[in-house]
Amino acid sequence: MLRIDDLHVYYGEIHALKGVGLEVCRGEIVALLGNNGAGKTTTLKTISGLLSPRRGHITLEERSLAGVAAHDVVLRGVAHVPEGRRIFNRLTVRENLTMGAYLRTDDGIEPDLERVFTLFPRLKERIGQVAGTLSGGEQQMLAIGRALMASPRLLLLDEPSMGLAPVLVEQIFATIREINQQGTTILLVEQNAAMALEIAHRGYVLETGVIALTGSAAELGENADVRRAYLGE
Amino acid sequence: MDLPLLLGILPQVLLDGLILGFMYALIALGYTMVYGVLEFINFAHSEIFIVGAFVGVELLLGLKSAGLLDALPWPLVLVLVLVAGMAASGVLAVTVERVAYRPLRHAPRLIPLISAIGISFFLQDAIRLFESLWRNAFNLVYPTMDVLNVRFELTQTVDVSVKSLVVIVAALAMLGVLHLLVNRTKVGTAIRAVAEDQAAASLMGINVNRIISLTFLIGGAMGGAAGVLFGVQYGLINPYTGFIPGLKAFTAAVLGGIGNIPGAMLGGLVLGLLEALAASYLSLLTGGAFGAEYKDIFAFSVLIVILIFRPKGLLGEVIRGRA
Repeated sequence: MLRIDDLHVYYGEIHALKGVGLEVCRGEIVALLGNNGAGKTTTLKTISGLLSPRRGHITLEERSLAGVAAHDVVLRGVAHVPEGRRIFNRLTVRENLTMGAYLRTDDGIEPDLERVFTLFPRLKERIGQVAGTLSGGEQQMLAIGRALMASPRLLLLDEPSMGLAPVLVEQIFATIREINQQGTTILLVEQNAAMALEIAHRGYVLETGVIALTGSAAELGENADVRRAYLGE
Repeated sequence: MDLPLLLGILPQVLLDGLILGFMYALIALGYTMVYGVLEFINFAHSEIFIVGAFVGVELLLGLKSAGLLDALPWPLVLVLVLVAGMAASGVLAVTVERVAYRPLRHAPRLIPLISAIGISFFLQDAIRLFESLWRNAFNLVYPTMDVLNVRFELTQTVDVSVKSLVVIVAALAMLGVLHLLVNRTKVGTAIRAVAEDQAAASLMGINVNRIISLTFLIGGAMGGAAGVLFGVQYGLINPYTGFIPGLKAFTAAVLGGIGNIPGAMLGGLVLGLLEALAASYLSLLTGGAFGAEYKDIFAFSVLIVILIFRPKGLLGEVIRGRA
């Protein structure tokens, strides 16, 4: 579904991605693991058009995605839940969700709103509330719900567990798995490698801008290097 | 001191202050909306405002020389002039952003500010050049329509002219429409989303550049409307007339909390009222030691005091998101 080849991205003179290649197949959850600064967020931002690659290919469903503006990438069926959630603090929960469906004119918006409320009943309770007053967990739910309102075929998730209590992390990851089972393909960036490998089908390990390792979630979970570097052994 | 006299003129003073305040409020919207999305002060806005006044006076003079000014119903004439002023100022604001600000979007913050000041000078002198070639005139007088000068006597000391009512009704209508647009429509929500986080907004599929252009269009149109109303109310304009009202409207925007739309409206009204009160009462209350010409000093002293105690402005509350 998504294929990235030899991707090079720079911040000014800093060479952040040095030839990254990866693939996400329809229906999968693929985890992208790595330390701070390895290039995980950069990879997602380049897919969603917030950054432009200097070299390399991104193809989504056989069509190139490299250099497409962020607001047009949404039309191609990709939604990005950015690092730090980036919900609109001054807008209400409902307005945030409306913005998620900004480009849609079809009549699937209402059913999708119901779907989001089924996945995150808390959001329905808070629908008229200003988003900046939500708790951290609720904000993460809103960020994911907002992305789902675009009815994406591919969902990019950047650190959904960041700053959340362990019980909330469990809950969010269960919901991510549910979203995937309902048919949305997911590319998941996580520092919490244990949680990510629990729900992912496959994974990649990114180290300073290059893919160091790839395999099924089970293989990665048993790999001695991965266990030492990312699973705290 | 003659207390009955002081109180007797109060309603008239408040009315004058309100009219001035609505004018400031309309202009202040242009500063505050642009600041809201770009965190940038559009110092050319005072000229965008006065261009509206000039387009209005040109249209009125054109109608007059065609003999249509008295032939057409006066509300239609006013609507025509308002729409023309709004369209001209709106399109001008969008063009200025496209030509002079957008290429500098990622430059250090002082650079677009200087570009804005340059545009301000350029527009002042472009209007001056145009009017001196076209009419060989520096000051232009708004053609009067008799009906606008009809005054209703409310009490012995208070009367209100039709043109004052026109200014109030038009300003209220425009502020109301803007409020609905920004708070009740999808595109208005998008403007607020872009104001808060451009990158996140673009991830929603919002074309950020288009929303920024729209913001300049709306802010410019409000400024153009204020320009026409200014001309109708005060009658005389020249190419440099925009500067002082522009500066005061900018102050009003800061007073209300820059970036905050209801704040700009409130700030404009407060400033207008302060100025009118000072103009009428300073001389009376100080026995002539401070004349009406001290009105700006008084108004701005009050502003400084307000900003010392509320540095974010009257309505400038920042809702912080939790990390």
